[in-house]
Amino acid sequence: MTKPARDSLQRQRTRMALRFLAPTLIVLVVVAGWPLARTIGLSFTDAHLSRLEQSQWVALENYFALAADPDWWRAAANTLTFAGISVSLELLAGLGVALVLRRAFPGAGFLQAAVLIPWAIPTVVSARIWAWMANDVYGVANDLLLRSGLIDAPVAWLADPVSAMGVVILADVWKATPFMALLLLAGLHSIPPVLYEAAHSDGAGPLRSFWHITLPLLRPAIAVAVLFRTLDALRMFDLVYVMLGDNRTTATVSVYARRQLIDFQEFGYGSAAAFAVFLLAAMGAAAIVTGLRVRLEPLS
Amino acid sequence: MKPGDWSPARPGIPTRVWVARAARATAVGAIILVSLFPFYWAVNTSLQSGSALFSVEYWPSNPVWENYRAVFTEQSFGRNILNSLLVASGTVGFSLLFALPAAYAFGRVRFRGRGLLLFAILCVTMFPQIAVLSGLFELVRFFGLYNRWAGLALSYTLFTLPFMVWVLTVFMSRLPRELEEAALVDGASPLGVLVRILMPLLTPAMAASGLLALIAAWNEFLFALTLTLDDQSRTAPVAIALITGASQYELPWGRVMAASVIVTLPLALLVLLFHRHMVAGLTTGAAKG
Repeated sequence: MTKPARDSLQRQRTRMALRFLAPTLIVLVVVAGWPLARTIGLSFTDAHLSRLEQSQWVALENYFALAADPDWWRAAANTLTFAGISVSLELLAGLGVALVLRRAFPGAGFLQAAVLIPWAIPTVVSARIWAWMANDVYGVANDLLLRSGLIDAPVAWLADPVSAMGVVILADVWKATPFMALLLLAGLHSIPPVLYEAAHSDGAGPLRSFWHITLPLLRPAIAVAVLFRTLDALRMFDLVYVMLGDNRTTATVSVYARRQLIDFQEFGYGSAAAFAVFLLAAMGAAAIVTGLRVRLEPLS
Repeated sequence: MKPGDWSPARPGIPTRVWVARAARATAVGAIILVSLFPFYWAVNTSLQSGSALFSVEYWPSNPVWENYRAVFTEQSFGRNILNSLLVASGTVGFSLLFALPAAYAFGRVRFRGRGLLLFAILCVTMFPQIAVLSGLFELVRFFGLYNRWAGLALSYTLFTLPFMVWVLTVFMSRLPRELEEAALVDGASPLGVLVRILMPLLTPAMAASGLLALIAAWNEFLFALTLTLDDQSRTAPVAIALITGASQYELPWGRVMAASVIVTLPLALLVLLFHRHMVAGLTTGAAKG
């Protein structure tokens, strides 16, 4: 093919590509771009749902009010604690499960299906189940702990903010570990077995080869899994909302923002809180992408 | 490894190998127990009623179906499930229709700005939903879709469409180029190539991304809670979250668990049947170093 002919074919392909992309881009502008722009716009006004048309520009006032609200800072602290602890535990547990699933053995298919079930269960349902298991009077957790002698009297796990956060974290680890494990397992499968054979013939034990081969080569998979999980944890809403209700002491930033937006109908102030959640997630993502050097296949 | 390799009677296997196998078997047992126990507990509770609920029983010695009956007769849970089905299938159908051509463009054509656009779409998947809630609330009301399942299906494309574009793009770019070139030389239109040549090869990818989007739409809570108003329009997860008793201590746990089991059983079935597809979809594009 001559060069001009190739160029014209390329132009034709590009035009076709844009035509095929247009519907998706339009939908995403409508359901993501416009609403996000609206949230940002509203956050500089004193809008209230009952009188959206008469809202006044208040510049950064909502953000100053947000920074002065101890409830917001408590929600931010709750969210960061939750995200930090649960993603770390999920990484450890996920790595363990991935190492177990790594080699083919009888029943591996069933095991894979079994670990996926917690991930597929609706978060609302797992919140309900864990709250029931942690029930102070009729819960199975207290029953098992009493029987084994680890506690002398039933504990009201959900009544105290610290232990309630513990139950929320456990429920999240239970639900999200499969996702972590499967991403890490895919990473493990991409490590060439030759490396282990070489290490073995050089006299390296399993621990040494884990430390010097598995972990370094798994880093890209860990980075991607941690990125996805952290972003999910920073926006967490349903687990806390269903298990503990719309409670000031245990709210996450998403629960806080929704209370302002929907319950108080403060569209201006609530939008400022919602945009602050967005910024928090964006900063988290930027920190992980630069810190762990994330790379994704279709982009490279 | 063949099942026969596990036989303890087989001679010549060193102790070290046996210890490793026993450790693995213990680990596998523990993983299965932890994964399935909470769901078992929900089933167990859902089959008990009255006083049996208020003593911890590890096996439903007197199973009753009362809770399951109550879920459908004392509240409109049947309607809620129908809503969830409509929303989930509507979301997946709509997303697939838009994602396929987009993935064709991303996966088969190199054009300027491709990387940036794809990155922007990936970012949308990770959006905190709360950040678009006020705008979506207005939008859905503007279209007259507030309190309707179609409003939810529209808002769910926020996370299902970018995800599907992403997964399908990865699978699409792995297909050999020669496939479509021959057809294009023969004068087939790009749409014809997509529908007749690429789509049949993409069935596994469509199944994988479609199933994951279906689960995400079936499980979603924040939008469903905010964009619907009355019991008749609610989806099943919202209905479960809103079951209340006279006080926090009088929650009808048996009924909550029965509803939870009903919502989860179809998902568990999907997982058992299609877990390989789901794993392929979940790990797509994320594993490359």
